Amino acid sequence: MKVALFVPCFVDAFFPEIGIATLELLERLGVEVEYPLDQTCCGQPVANSGCQDDVAGVEALFVKNFAGYEYIVTPSGSCTHHIRHHFDAIPQTEEVTQVRERTFELVEFLHDVLNVDAFPWAAFPHKVGLHNSCGTLRGLRHASMSELGEPFFSKPVALLSKVEGLEFVKPSRPDECCGFGGTFSIFEEPVSAKMGYDKIMDHKNAGADYIVSADNSCLMHQKGCAERMGVDLKFIHIAQILNGDSA
Amino acid sequence: MNSREIILETVKRNQPRVAALPEVPLFDPHLPDPWRQFGENLQRMGGTLVEPSPDDGLASVIKALHPDAKIIASATPEIEGTKQLEGVGAPRNLSDVDVGVVRAAFGVAETGSVFLSDVDLGIRALGYLSQHLVVLLDPAEVVGNLHQAYHRPEFATASYAVLMTGPSATADIEGVLIHGAQGVRTLSVVARPVAVASQQAATNSQ
Amino acid sequence: MKRIDHAEASSHFIAEKENEAFHDKRLWDLRMKRDGQRDDVPEWSELRDLASAIKEHTLTHLSDYLLQFEENAKKNGAYVHWALDAEEHNRIVHEILADHKAKTLVKSKSMLTDECELRPYLARRGVDVIETDLGERIQQLDDEPPSHIVVPAVHKLRGDVAEVFARTLDSDPANDDPHYLSEHARITTRPYFLNAEAGMTGGNFAVAETGAVVVCTNEGNADLSATVPPLHIASIGIEKVIPRTEHVAVFVRMLSRSAVGSPITQYTSHFRKPPDGGELHIILVDNGRSERLGMEEFWTSLKCIRCGACMNTCPVYRRSGGLSYGGVYSGPIGIILNPTTDMRKYSNLPFASTLNGSCTAVCPVKINIHEQIYQWRRILSEHNQLPFVKKAAMKVSGRILSDPKAYRRTLSATDAAMEHLPRFLLYTRFNAWGKQREVPITPDHTFHAWYLKNRGASS
Repeated sequence: MKVALFVPCFVDAFFPEIGIATLELLERLGVEVEYPLDQTCCGQPVANSGCQDDVAGVEALFVKNFAGYEYIVTPSGSCTHHIRHHFDAIPQTEEVTQVRERTFELVEFLHDVLNVDAFPWAAFPHKVGLHNSCGTLRGLRHASMSELGEPFFSKPVALLSKVEGLEFVKPSRPDECCGFGGTFSIFEEPVSAKMGYDKIMDHKNAGADYIVSADNSCLMHQKGCAERMGVDLKFIHIAQILNGDSA
Repeated sequence: MNSREIILETVKRNQPRVAALPEVPLFDPHLPDPWRQFGENLQRMGGTLVEPSPDDGLASVIKALHPDAKIIASATPEIEGTKQLEGVGAPRNLSDVDVGVVRAAFGVAETGSVFLSDVDLGIRALGYLSQHLVVLLDPAEVVGNLHQAYHRPEFATASYAVLMTGPSATADIEGVLIHGAQGVRTLSVVARPVAVASQQAATNSQ
Repeated sequence: MKRIDHAEASSHFIAEKENEAFHDKRLWDLRMKRDGQRDDVPEWSELRDLASAIKEHTLTHLSDYLLQFEENAKKNGAYVHWALDAEEHNRIVHEILADHKAKTLVKSKSMLTDECELRPYLARRGVDVIETDLGERIQQLDDEPPSHIVVPAVHKLRGDVAEVFARTLDSDPANDDPHYLSEHARITTRPYFLNAEAGMTGGNFAVAETGAVVVCTNEGNADLSATVPPLHIASIGIEKVIPRTEHVAVFVRMLSRSAVGSPITQYTSHFRKPPDGGELHIILVDNGRSERLGMEEFWTSLKCIRCGACMNTCPVYRRSGGLSYGGVYSGPIGIILNPTTDMRKYSNLPFASTLNGSCTAVCPVKINIHEQIYQWRRILSEHNQLPFVKKAAMKVSGRILSDPKAYRRTLSATDAAMEHLPRFLLYTRFNAWGKQREVPITPDHTFHAWYLKNRGASS
């Protein structure tokens, strides 16, 4: 099986270890991974500001880079949500539609396509607060959401439960937004920071040593808050845990 | 064109694509015992349930509930009251009523509500200006849920109808629950079948 | 008209630590109560589907249902008026009051009348308007708009209310017990009910089949306003019409459960005919609703039953307070309604959202609120309503991100800059990220560079 790897812009620039972990993990699972070198970004920050004209070129470049692959995999829930649900600044040709439908977030890909049932190389003997970003939770339906009263299901829990030693803590507001929200974190900084503080304290008070997520944008925001507050919490992407990266 | 015509014309022009009207089921198979559920929900909403024995006179039941009440106004012939509703004149003249007494047409188990129409209230404001309200209810006249309630014929015929659920309440100040916000301070539902009641009305003991 | 600056207003709200903490906790508690009620109703998701479908059907046949409602209301002996806009609504109300020589009006909560700014209009014409809902009364006495559509004074603590009442109602300034304050409000409001010449309510639902107006309250103040004075005026938005009595059940089952987590409001009142010797006037109000009906992306916002569940669940609303939105409606529903009244004034509101989607998931009538918030951003961008700095940044970003070589060049330049800038330059007041958060550390290499080095250039 061959997939194309999309590494989100901020992961490429600030958190390359997540891209590396994703690549290595897929290869461990027998997947052939290609990385189109001319990729840049999914365009979400521009599109989320409503600027369809400005983002059209970005979307066109994305399609150009990833057309023809059967699967496009990315370690970012928010990018995946954006590509599948919003990518409409360019004409919706068959090629565009295919690229959009074939883009998978890593957890979805592992759970739904590869049906991975073991991570023998991984161990993570720590107390973990799982943060389901709103993009993965309500956008991609990674897990049941508290608003609906539906029976419990969770793709990230299903995967992480197979990692030796990992223990989940129970925060009091597990699916409340952490306040990143893309450009919201800049333009609505006071509320964004307060939401971030509340989120990390909720996990801390529940006993977490680590916060893990499929969305590093949320983690980046929460980590920034924790460091400023002097709260002792560590942050790790789900790709790193599943790949067996040491804590 | 006057405003009515402009509004209707704009609405008609802008109405989006047609959407069908769904059938609304009654959702009533497997409903629990209505009387017990009614009582639980009434109390949860701050009301009091009184289940006197058939021999207890209504007047004494009310006296036990409100021993200090001086002015009692009743809209039901089953209770005499001290202030007659006939000839009260303006509704504001009920402002001195301590206890209003009414008979509800039916109750709703799902919510603990009682249904009162303008006929049941005599004067509509009786249900709101009284400091306390005592509501007679026939336990056989309790429907399971609101769907059943809204199919009752009383809703089509009443000039005014209220589903009243417990006493007046508010939590507008720091979320603290207060009863007796603007309307009645207490609401007591007295279980009394209509058949027995008409006999009682005949004797009408104090 | 000056743009509302939600972020600025929020920073002040958050600075009031005790108020903000209570506000967040109280509204989250209402959200949790709502969840509990939902669990008590096995057919909850079916009810949501029904409620949404009934509203969509009605809105797509609204002209017919409005006519049916009018016909039946008139048959009942009610007067039916039509108001195209806020000004006309206020004029009609004043004319009715003047005809009856009414100088004092008691009213229950109605967002529509706040929308029309009825109170100042009547005050200028010598009519005393008394808000009787406790939360609205507190806000009226404090000369502040309501901050939440169901609990209008939720941003205040008991001490704040005590201060307002001491200043305006002569209560004991040292007594902040909510029981004392509520009793004081009861006692001081009661004379108004008894002596007002007219009473006014809003309407939660208008039933086309019978011409009845349904009003839901917990305090009983709507019924007092409507049944004590001889004149009852009910103002209702045209979107509140529903076809039949049996449909009321669907909405009443969801309204209070969604709003405050109780199965029903203490009073669910149905006004069909005026009493003997009394008069009932119903005012059907448009004020932009018929226009919104024609907006493809936004017409479903007319389904709203004003429950406030979206506000309770919204993590942004809970931490910024309703007043930060600068309009009659706040929170998620306010974000999608307010720009229709003044696009420029409310152009920041659609960005006062993380698009997390919790609002959509709790809405009893299934309005896709967060998706409409997203659509509004596109409209604002098209209408040049974005702040210049943001628009310019997006233009530049769009250009760089569509050009791989330009992108790679920019990355290396930024990395170098961030690596070498001292802390005091990095964390200036221009760096919003850095106000309350640490900036991420720049790594030694990008993923791109690592890939080229370790996996070769071919791809």
